[in-house]
Parts: sequence; C-alpha cells; structure tokens
Amino acid sequence: MNRLSWFNVVSLTLGFAFLYIPMLILILYSFNESKLVTVWAGFSTKWYGELLQNEAFLNAAWVTLKVAVFSSTLATVLGTIAAYVMIRSGKFFGRTLFSGMIYAPLVMPEVITGLSLLLLFIGIGLDRGVLTIVLAHTTFSMCYVSVVVSSRLVTFDQSLEEAALDLGCSQAEAFRLVTLPIIAPAVISGWLLAFTLSLDDLVIASFTSGPSATTLPIKIFSAVRLGVSPEINALSTIMIAIVTVGVITASLVSKQQAVRQKKEEQAAERAA
Amino acid sequence: MRRAVLIAVPYLWLLALFLVPFVIVFKISLSDVALARPPYLPQFSWDEGILAFLSELDFENYIFLTEDDLYWKAYLSSLKIAVFSTVLTLLVGYPIAYGMARAPSEWRPTLMMLVILPFWTSFLIRVYAWMGILSNEGFLNQFLLGIGLISEPLIILNTNTAVYIGIVYTYLPFMILPIYAALDRLDGSLIEAAEDLGCSRLSAFWLVTIPLSKNGIIAGSFLVFIPALGEFVIPSLLGGSGTLMIGKVLWEEFFSNRDWPVASAVAVVLLLILVIPIVLFQRNQEKQQEAEQ
Amino acid sequence: MNSTAFAPWEDPEATPLIQFQNVTKRFGDFVAIDDLTIDIYEKEFFALLGPSGCGKTTMMRMLAGFETPTQGKINLAGKDIAPVPPNKRAVNMMFQSYALFPHLSVWENIAFGLKREQMPKNDINDRVEEMLRLTRLEKFARRKPHQISGGQRQRVALARSLAKAPKLLLLDEPLGALDKKLRQETQFELMDIQEKTGTTFVIVTHDQEEAMTVASRVAVMDHGKIIQVATPDRIYETPNSVYVADFIGEVNIIEGTATPNGEDSYAISWAEGQSPLKAASAKPFSEGQKCHVAIRPEKVTINAQKPDGVDNLVQGKILDIAYLGNISTYHVELPSGTVIKAQAANTRRIARRSFTWEDSVWLSWTATAGVLLAE
Repeated sequence: MNRLSWFNVVSLTLGFAFLYIPMLILILYSFNESKLVTVWAGFSTKWYGELLQNEAFLNAAWVTLKVAVFSSTLATVLGTIAAYVMIRSGKFFGRTLFSGMIYAPLVMPEVITGLSLLLLFIGIGLDRGVLTIVLAHTTFSMCYVSVVVSSRLVTFDQSLEEAALDLGCSQAEAFRLVTLPIIAPAVISGWLLAFTLSLDDLVIASFTSGPSATTLPIKIFSAVRLGVSPEINALSTIMIAIVTVGVITASLVSKQQAVRQKKEEQAAERAA
Repeated sequence: MRRAVLIAVPYLWLLALFLVPFVIVFKISLSDVALARPPYLPQFSWDEGILAFLSELDFENYIFLTEDDLYWKAYLSSLKIAVFSTVLTLLVGYPIAYGMARAPSEWRPTLMMLVILPFWTSFLIRVYAWMGILSNEGFLNQFLLGIGLISEPLIILNTNTAVYIGIVYTYLPFMILPIYAALDRLDGSLIEAAEDLGCSRLSAFWLVTIPLSKNGIIAGSFLVFIPALGEFVIPSLLGGSGTLMIGKVLWEEFFSNRDWPVASAVAVVLLLILVIPIVLFQRNQEKQQEAEQ
Repeated sequence: MNSTAFAPWEDPEATPLIQFQNVTKRFGDFVAIDDLTIDIYEKEFFALLGPSGCGKTTMMRMLAGFETPTQGKINLAGKDIAPVPPNKRAVNMMFQSYALFPHLSVWENIAFGLKREQMPKNDINDRVEEMLRLTRLEKFARRKPHQISGGQRQRVALARSLAKAPKLLLLDEPLGALDKKLRQETQFELMDIQEKTGTTFVIVTHDQEEAMTVASRVAVMDHGKIIQVATPDRIYETPNSVYVADFIGEVNIIEGTATPNGEDSYAISWAEGQSPLKAASAKPFSEGQKCHVAIRPEKVTINAQKPDGVDNLVQGKILDIAYLGNISTYHVELPSGTVIKAQAANTRRIARRSFTWEDSVWLSWTATAGVLLAE
C-alpha cells in the first residue's frame, strides 16, 4: 500500500512535469541573452535590468500593490463578518439571498462580474481609477475570504465562546479575545488569498480601471498579446519566485508548528 | 441591534456591488444601442416616470442574438470546449490524484504543496508560458523536430488545441484537489477486501475506488467546467481567430464594438446557461456535506 | 454519608438557592424540559442523572444563561434570572469539552474571568495562585492547554470556573473524557474541592456510579421530567419507579398482582404454580393491583441446598455466571422462564465453589429486601 507501483510513479512524474516544465522554461529563458525568446544565446540578466528601467511597468506594479493591499484588507474584514454572520446568526430576513450572494461570485465568469460593475460605476458616475478597482476586487475576494473563514468557523468549538461569555465577556469581547485569535490562521490565509486574487486579476481590472490606473496584469496582457518577450519572462520569474518562497515558507512554518504541537501533546500525555 | 449592524454591513455591500450591477446589466440588455454617453437608450429619468421608461425596453437584443449565428455558435463552441477540456482535465488529473493518495504519507504534504503552488502563481503568467512552448518555432516543435518525430512544425498556437492545453494546464489543480481529498479518505482495507473477495486489481479499482471517489470527480469537474465556460484569457492568448468563446465575444462586443446592450444580453444568456451547472454543483456539495455529518 | 449531617432539603425553614418553577423548554416541537419544578440548596452537590436527550444538559444551560425557558421561572437566590445575560450571572460553568482557550496559558486561562471583573492586578495574582494550589497545577501555570495531559486539563477547567468564586458551579459531564481509573480518583478530588470552597455544585452526568459517588442528592431524569430526587442511598434502596430502579445499578423486576395480608405487608402472585412472594411496602396497594417487585441481585441469596425459614424461596437452574473477581453474578432460570440475577461474594476460591453451570439452586430473599413499585 505504501509502495508506489510503477503506474503511480509514472503518473506522478508526468503530471508534475506537465505542471512545472512550462514555468521552468519561462524562468530559464528570462536569463537568455537573445531577444529571440526561443533561441538560447547565453546567460544574461539584462532583461531584469531593463525591467527595472521600465517606468510603465513599475508604475503598474505600484498601482497593483496598492489595490491589492487595500482590497484584500477590506475584503478580509467584510468576509470575516459575513462568515461569522452566516455561521452564527441563525435565521434572519433574506438569509438565502445573502448566502447566494456570497457564493455566486465564486462561480461567476469574470467577464460578467467586470461588465456589471463597470455599468454600475458608469451609472452612478464614479470615475474609474484605483478606487473602482479596489471596490471591485473587494467584492469578489470577500466571498473567497468568507468561504475560507466559515470553513474554519464550522469546526470551531462553540463552547469556547460560551466559556468566554460565562466568564464575564460581552459578545464583542468574546469575539476579540477568544474567537479571533483562534481563527486567526484562517483569517490570514483568507487575506493572502484575497491579496493574490487581486494581484492576479486581469479581466475585472480591465473593466473597472480607467486611464489613470493601469494594473500589472493589464500591462502584461497588452504586452504578451503581441507575442513572447524576454522582459515579460523576467517579470514572470520575479513573480513566480515571490510566490514560491511565500508558499514554501508558509507550509514549512505550519508543518513545523504541527510537529511541535504533536510532540508537546505526546510529552504531556507521557508525563501524566 | 449590534447583530443587525453586523449583518447589514456585508449584506448591503453585496447588494450594492453584486446584485444591483446585475439588475443594471439586465436593464441595459433590454435597451437600444445609441450614439450617446453612455451608449444606450433609454436613460432613466424621474420626469418621464417609470411606465414611460419601461415601455421603451424590449427583447430586441435577445432576438438579435438568435438571428446572428455568431452568438449561438459561440455559445455552442464554448460549451463544447468546456466539456471536452473538463473530460481531458479529469483524465490527466485523476492519475495524479490517485498517485498522490497512494504515495507514502510523509511525501503527501510536499506533493500537495506542489499541486497548490501553481494555483497561487499568476494565471496570466501560466497561460503566457505556453505561448513560447506552442508557437511554430516554440520548444515543443523544436523538440519534436530535433528527435525527428516530425519534419514540419506543428501549428498548435492559435488553434483550439492550444486552448484545450491551456485550460487543462491552468485548471488542473482544481481537478486534482477534490479527487485527492476523496481518495485520501478512502479506507485502504476496502480495496483489500474487494481483492480478498475475488476482484482483480483493475476491477477493484473500477468497482470500489471509482464509485467512492465519485463526489471528488463531480466537484472537480464542476470546478473546471464552470470557469472554463466563461473563459477569456486562454482563448484570447492561445486561441486563434477560429476560436469562438463567449467570454471573448462579450469582451469584443463591449470594448471593440461598444455595443453595450448586446454585450449585456450576451452576459445574461451566459448566466442563464451557467445556472444549471451551478445549481447541480451546489446540490452535490450539500449532499456531500450531509453525508459527512 | 454526609447526608445525615447536611440535609437542608428536609428543613422546611431553609430557602433554596435555585428554584425551577414550572419550567418548560421547547425547541420547535421537541419538548426538552417538561413543566419541571425543583429546589436546589446552598452548598449542595446536586447531580442531574439521565440518559442522553433527557433534558439534563438543557437544564444546566438554562442556569448558565445559554438557553431561556419557554415557560416558567428560574430563581437564583430568590431573584428571577431570566433577564440576566450569561456574562452577568454569578454562575460559572465547566464545559464538557473543557473549552480551554488554546491560545492562552494555564495561568491566563484561570485569570481570564478575573480580568473581566477589572480586579486589581495583585488580587488576580493571588487568586490565580490560590486556584493553582487548590488544583495542584502550580508547576504547569506557564504551559498551554495542548502541553498538559487530559487530567490536568480537566483541573484547569475546574480552576478557571471556580476562580470567580461563583455562587453556583455547573459541571457538564466533568469527568467524561477521562479514563476509568483517573475518573475515580478525580471524583474524590471534586468532592474535596466542593467541600473546601463551599460552592454549590450542579453536575450533569449519564454515569450513575459517578452521580452516586459525588452527589449529596441525585435527580434522575427522563424525557424532560425529573422522576425522582433523593440522596444516593435512597435512590438505590427505595427507588420510586421501575425506571429509576432499572437505571441505577442492576435489579430484578418481577411483575405480579398484590393482595394485602397484614400491616404494610402484601402477597404477590406472579407465576402459575409458584407460591406468592412476600413483600413489605409502606406505600399502599389495593387488592388485585398490578405491581412490580424490584430486588437487587446482592440481596438475593443463592444456595445449593434448600434453606429453611426464609420469606421467599424459588428454585432454578444456573444459566450463566459472570465472574467479576470479588463477586460473581449468577443468572438463574426459573421453571416459568423468568431469569433472576443473584450476586455472591467470592469468599472461596473458584475451584471450591459448590455450584456451577446447569446446577439446580435455591434462591431466597427476605420480605423487606425488595421494593414494591406500581410502575
């Protein structure tokens, strides 16, 4: 059972090769001397240099980062409240509509979300720019946050909150002192998810951004429509590197914590 | 009182920025295109009253969608591409999920991370990566020419094949994860019991493993099918002029033709098509949750 | 038994700490508590005992303030507690899951309630130290809940709920998560702490041995009603119904019809061809009334030879022997098909036992050994 059959080895190898080879090629050719992206002409980091000179890209990156920080923070607050309300509030007027609105954006094609938000912003006469992208990103990523947080809240032992009330906390104190610290990892991963979604989004940003605010994906998209370019390869490599480091660090930290917790639990039981 | 405020904040946010926009889309889909800003009529004004406003609305744009075969061809082609690529993703993803579930338990967190990692990486970049691979002088052709398998470069980029590859590649984690979750829960002694009762390896897989991972297969398939249907980035970067997908049509209708009423009508119809799989998906998830409790 | 010295429920002058007055609690169509009235006195160790779903946890949650009665009134020290929210009640609860805050240390868990009262820092320190001493946790003050054992966690939960010196402490299956041996030790510890602090304890349990051991009074519940409230010895010796007799310990129930034959004395005809049983009862039964005789197995004597001068005597065949070490329980089948359980202490070694499977034996008991019950 624990020995891999040749079939499993082959399918895992091929599967992960399929997942990773395209990205590896991309990274490799970002260090290519030649402008011709498919011909290897020697190692060079000149495309990274050019990227750092490219003001349009840097501006777009700055806008993207701003949008991502604001929208993911706002989405985390709203999404956590929404999750808490869904799990804890029992029945209230319009609950079905509310849960529908929380889940719908997860499956909604981005073109539709983008189009509808654009028409709203035009309808109420809101100028398109950073603000409109933040509003749009907050709306769809709060739903992801709420899914992540509510899946944690479902398994949350409600007697912990009751114990806090029993010991003299008000509802708000119980949430702040007990619930929030315990569900914090889920809230943080919700924030990270919202942040990544915002960094990534092309379609909704294209609809809701104006000439004053171009995000990095919009910039990349208009560049790659014309074909492959080594500069984009360099940019992609940087982004892949950041994500990889982040994900590996996060999983190592959480793994270490789990191992330590398990060890301490075992030690406590043995000592007893 | 405090509870009411707590409910109201996210509720009103979603009403204002999710539901109201849809009402607007629906309303504009019933309007007429016009050379104005914004480019549609009628505009609502309080002076003329609601009735006068409503009387101007009609289903002309929807009729137009049925008359111009571009649209229904695009819907059909989107459905076809979404179905095919879902099946392909399942065929590629199932063996990977199966291999992960059968891997030694100390490997599994690492394998899991390797599946999740691409998911956190920019979607746009992952699609873009294939442009360099699939082009006429791309790596795939170089490789195949190099080993002498082909003598002429294959034309893959800007065809539907490239779109299939792109969808399978980008949505693969969505297929693997739910199937892996189902297979991981599967009690290994069930397979042993099946073999003990006279099943061959293959028939045990067919009669026990597949039915017990059914929920994962269904969940994964919906998670690929639903977004693939409205996909825009993949057909516009990897597809060609012959690739008809409704997301791309909507985008062009809006940005190139500036025909907002028709774009809105296209969106409403796409939404109606999506309602069925979304409801089915929701049912499947609920059933699964009930079964777990 | 402390019940001889401590029995406020027998004192008509005593005012109860808690009064349930015709309390009913419904969840939709389900009646969890059905028109229940009961008094609990200060310093009592009161046990609510019953199978799961009998309403005992609901009663406790109403006292803590997590549920409100659908009808009726609950008084604490003479005041209706309905308008008081859980965080303002002088009542604390020890949760079945312990509900220790996993992100706080043992010390911080115990101090949690005190900090909510804005108590001065030094007083908090003193109080927490006192609680740590009481529960022998001084060494573990800085540890997190996952770094201590199950038994220690149980003591932290107890210390935390006692720290605010509540008028009333509620304990929801406090020992349910411990293994049997630890549970027995902890029972005595609980009683000790209850006596030291003088707090009124209300404990919910489904374990009848636990209830009998710790409680000054036990309320046996079923389907949202209290069937009997009495001291453990009275619950065991004089159950008021077949339900209580059957729920607490092992019992033989023999069905029959009563015929009065003297003062507080009855003859019970119970099977074709068997002589009627003699039973004493202070409770009156009328001629021909259906009744049940409940006899504990340890009050049934088993003999190989026919004994003389006994009130009740039946003959049967040994069907089964359950050997429990110190005692054995014999299942004896009578000619009528009824099976009677009899217990005997294993004062002699097994090999020298005078009867075994399939042997014919005589069972006997006195008229006062059993309890006569109507239902």
